[in-house]
Amino acid sequence: MGVMDILALVVPAMIFLAAPLIFTAPGGLFSERSGVVNIGLEGLMVMGAFTAILTTLYLEGLGFGAWSPWLSLIVAVIVGALFSLFHAVASITLKADQIVSGVALNFLAVGLSVFLVRNIFGRGQTDYIANRISRENIPVLQDIPIIGPLFFERVYYTSFIAIAAAFIVWYIVFYTPFGLRLRSVGEHPMAADTMGIRVNRMRYIGVMLSGAFAGMGGAVFALTTAGNFAGNTIVGQGFMSLAALIFGKWHPLGALGAALFFGLAQSLSITGQAIPFLANVPQVYLLIAPYVLTILALAGFVGKAEAPKAIGKPYEKGSR
Amino acid sequence: MIHKWLNDRATNILVPILAVFLGILVGAIIMLFIGQNPITGYWALLYGAFGDAYYFGEMLRMMTPLILAGLAVAFAFRTGLFNIGVEGQLIVGWFASVTVGVLIEAPMIIHLPLAILAGALAGALWGFIPGFLKARFYVHEVIVTIMLNYVALYVCNYLIRTYLLVPGERTDRISPTASLQSFFLQNLTDFSRLHYGFFIAIIACIVLWFILWKTTIGFELRAVGYNKHASHYAGMNVNRNIVLSMVISGAFAGVAGAMEGLGTFGYMSILSGFTGTGFDGIAVALLGANTSIGVFLAAGLFGALKIGAPNMQAAAGIPPELVDIVIALIIFFVASSYLIRIVINRLQKEEK
Repeated sequence: MGVMDILALVVPAMIFLAAPLIFTAPGGLFSERSGVVNIGLEGLMVMGAFTAILTTLYLEGLGFGAWSPWLSLIVAVIVGALFSLFHAVASITLKADQIVSGVALNFLAVGLSVFLVRNIFGRGQTDYIANRISRENIPVLQDIPIIGPLFFERVYYTSFIAIAAAFIVWYIVFYTPFGLRLRSVGEHPMAADTMGIRVNRMRYIGVMLSGAFAGMGGAVFALTTAGNFAGNTIVGQGFMSLAALIFGKWHPLGALGAALFFGLAQSLSITGQAIPFLANVPQVYLLIAPYVLTILALAGFVGKAEAPKAIGKPYEKGSR
Repeated sequence: MIHKWLNDRATNILVPILAVFLGILVGAIIMLFIGQNPITGYWALLYGAFGDAYYFGEMLRMMTPLILAGLAVAFAFRTGLFNIGVEGQLIVGWFASVTVGVLIEAPMIIHLPLAILAGALAGALWGFIPGFLKARFYVHEVIVTIMLNYVALYVCNYLIRTYLLVPGERTDRISPTASLQSFFLQNLTDFSRLHYGFFIAIIACIVLWFILWKTTIGFELRAVGYNKHASHYAGMNVNRNIVLSMVISGAFAGVAGAMEGLGTFGYMSILSGFTGTGFDGIAVALLGANTSIGVFLAAGLFGALKIGAPNMQAAAGIPPELVDIVIALIIFFVASSYLIRIVINRLQKEEK
């Protein structure tokens, strides 16, 4: 088995497994950079997956055909943003502990979505959608030697949108006035407030953006991989996105790289049996690699990951 | 002063009660929303938890790991630490206790305590890692514990699959000498899976209370939780206390896992996902205001909700996930007690 064969096996799976994380991790960055810890990414992805499947089924019923999954992506983004208000109201306005509120959001997302599924379908999972987001060959680009077959043959458009989104987030957060304000609110809210930035409003925007992105991430997973929705459709992708965000040191491109790396680990854990030098490595090492690496990164063994300074603290005007 | 203290105390009790009430109220509204009668629904739920001896036994059985998981979270909370890793500590505790139960042969008087101890030690080790990283490298324990949950899940599954597998995707049954199962309790409750672990959970409540409020160690742990810097100034070893708190918290969680392994199931399956008990522990501790008696009562409430839920579906046609929604809302309302406290304070001011 040559190098190309191995790459052909591993690389497409990596990109495709990483796509939901690539949306969700830079999304979580908006929230965390504004100073709000978002453990609720998992729950927001659940809501995104749930909404996407339900909307697709509905639109298919109306006869939208192959357009249904694409339209339902938009709906999932909106629902994700709205659902994140639960976290925003609790942790920003009501000054609840941000971690507790995120945990509550995760509970609520799984409970509410499965509750509704059971109520609508009479069982614990939805029907399968007829039109998934399909794999396409990208014209012209697929003819490039070596790179073409690896990156541009039988790929999902959503993967490219995800990577583009990470770059857009990078631009917004580091090169626009909005991004500067967002970061200042997460580093030193009082100084930001003195300069006339509305701290709580920025944080609401940050949390809602993370909800929108996580909704997208969950939707992409559901519409490409799962094809239906049940309580166990999203298991851990949200937390893995959080890990990617931290492993990427709260930087959009770092998060993108980390997400791709975690995608690679997952891809190897699935395809590893077919690759000669990996066949004897127990799968468990690849499964736990993302989590162990994140811990090591936090401890400073793989470059120190430093959180935004004001993260986790509700802002109270006038307090020091 | 005394007047104010009484008011604080009243508020502390009032907040959880109001939160539970609001959670159940919103649950009722959701039932109305899907066209069901909330009274029928909640009645079915109550019947499913207390209606006959079997249900009641199952409810007490469900309470057992919830109490221990709640104590684990509460203990760490007291030192200002958030242990989201109870789930992972519970899994390694479950695995360790079952391993000892399966592989070792000894008379019951040695075997059973040894198996429980193995669970506690495994949980303690899994709690030590985030405690140590926090004390030594200032790494936030929340992220580390979340990551360790997954590591625990995958590693234990791998170890079962590689070394302990029998047909049925699980380990062999533990030997009877390590079992907590009790024919007497089963007989009493119409053959539910109730086991002696329930009494261990009650003892654990007392142990937590004793450590926190009657020992020097407990005083130091709470002092560190209130104010790290003042504790340091007073000559306490803050880092040691952080590690110790996570270790003890992990031990409680490990025992929770041992209860599942030695009592409820008698084996460990390859887990396709988390048990959820560790996360429920967060809700239990929060609602129980991190006190032993509070954790016991909160575990009773959540145990009843969880055991009663299937009957709610069978008898009233309401999806059992309603219970998860109610639990999430209760956490939300407890966490948002800022709102409840403001209202109470305002009412008190108006009285004056």
